[in-house]
Amino acid sequence: MSGPRRPTDPSGLERYYVLTGGRSGPGGSSSSLDVATLITSRAAAVPGLQHEHEEILRRCRDPLSVAELGAHLGLPFNILAVLLADLLDAGRVEARHPIPASGAGRGPDLALLEEVLSGLERL
Amino acid sequence: MDLKGFDHPDRYSADGTLPAGARSVKVMIAGGFGTGKTTMVRSVSDIKPLTTEETLTQASADVDNLIGVADKQETTVSLDFGKIGINDQLVLYLFGTPGQERFWFLWNGLFKGALGAVVLVDTRRLASSFRAIEEMERQNVPFVIALNVFPDSKDHPVEEIRDALDISPHTPVVACDARDRASSRDVLIALIRHLKERSAVALESR
Repeated sequence: MSGPRRPTDPSGLERYYVLTGGRSGPGGSSSSLDVATLITSRAAAVPGLQHEHEEILRRCRDPLSVAELGAHLGLPFNILAVLLADLLDAGRVEARHPIPASGAGRGPDLALLEEVLSGLERL
Repeated sequence: MDLKGFDHPDRYSADGTLPAGARSVKVMIAGGFGTGKTTMVRSVSDIKPLTTEETLTQASADVDNLIGVADKQETTVSLDFGKIGINDQLVLYLFGTPGQERFWFLWNGLFKGALGAVVLVDTRRLASSFRAIEEMERQNVPFVIALNVFPDSKDHPVEEIRDALDISPHTPVVACDARDRASSRDVLIALIRHLKERSAVALESR
């Protein structure tokens, strides 16, 4: 079929609607995702996956932040969060959240701050 | 996007990727419009800064009127970000907050999980950063004030600025040139030292 194709806006909300099946965050696994969360694939892409899911698995063979993933795929955070939640729920990716300055109940983490400081001093 | 070509390949593996098990921390760069947030992210980042977005209209809204939804597409908030390899297991992400502070609350958890923030201030227009300071205080995000020195900035005594900004005497105020990598790095160092002091005080008072 080589007839004229309806022009589509690749960055339009219609595309996002289709990508996510109309779902939107936050909720479930996507609600805890941060822009600095590191995503790592746990499984190789298998046939039959949605193209964007496959693309995420491919790009996250090594850990990659949600922000970088969004920038590379051209997807806004909330849409990406929905796609990532699918992969998290299916156990296909692993998410490591940014280390907060103080962990719940653990108090401020001086060792972490020391580590960051010495890294910056080497810049 | 080519992720190779880091300035400091020793802090990443040869191709710029993070090893399995790597962890991240994040620092926010806040401040009023035009105070140099993106400039600072750009100068200190190991990678060419990228932009990630959040759409403020949820895609599920008004599903039976997609044309109407598409009309709201322009309400997109952008975050410029960069990263710094701290060591081979730890990476620091820097996020420049959107220029329009009124959008901050719409980005769920933007400041949650951040180690702290740098609030950039242009001393020629102090008031442009008031909102950012208020927001840090409201969200309980520890911060340092970085006075971005522009060529025609006047030399104000720090105490005068501290007074005008109405900030705690414990909040560090440092001068910087956001265009300069070493200067921006020094601001981050001032922030981490401040966090360490806060931690030490918190530990003592237990």
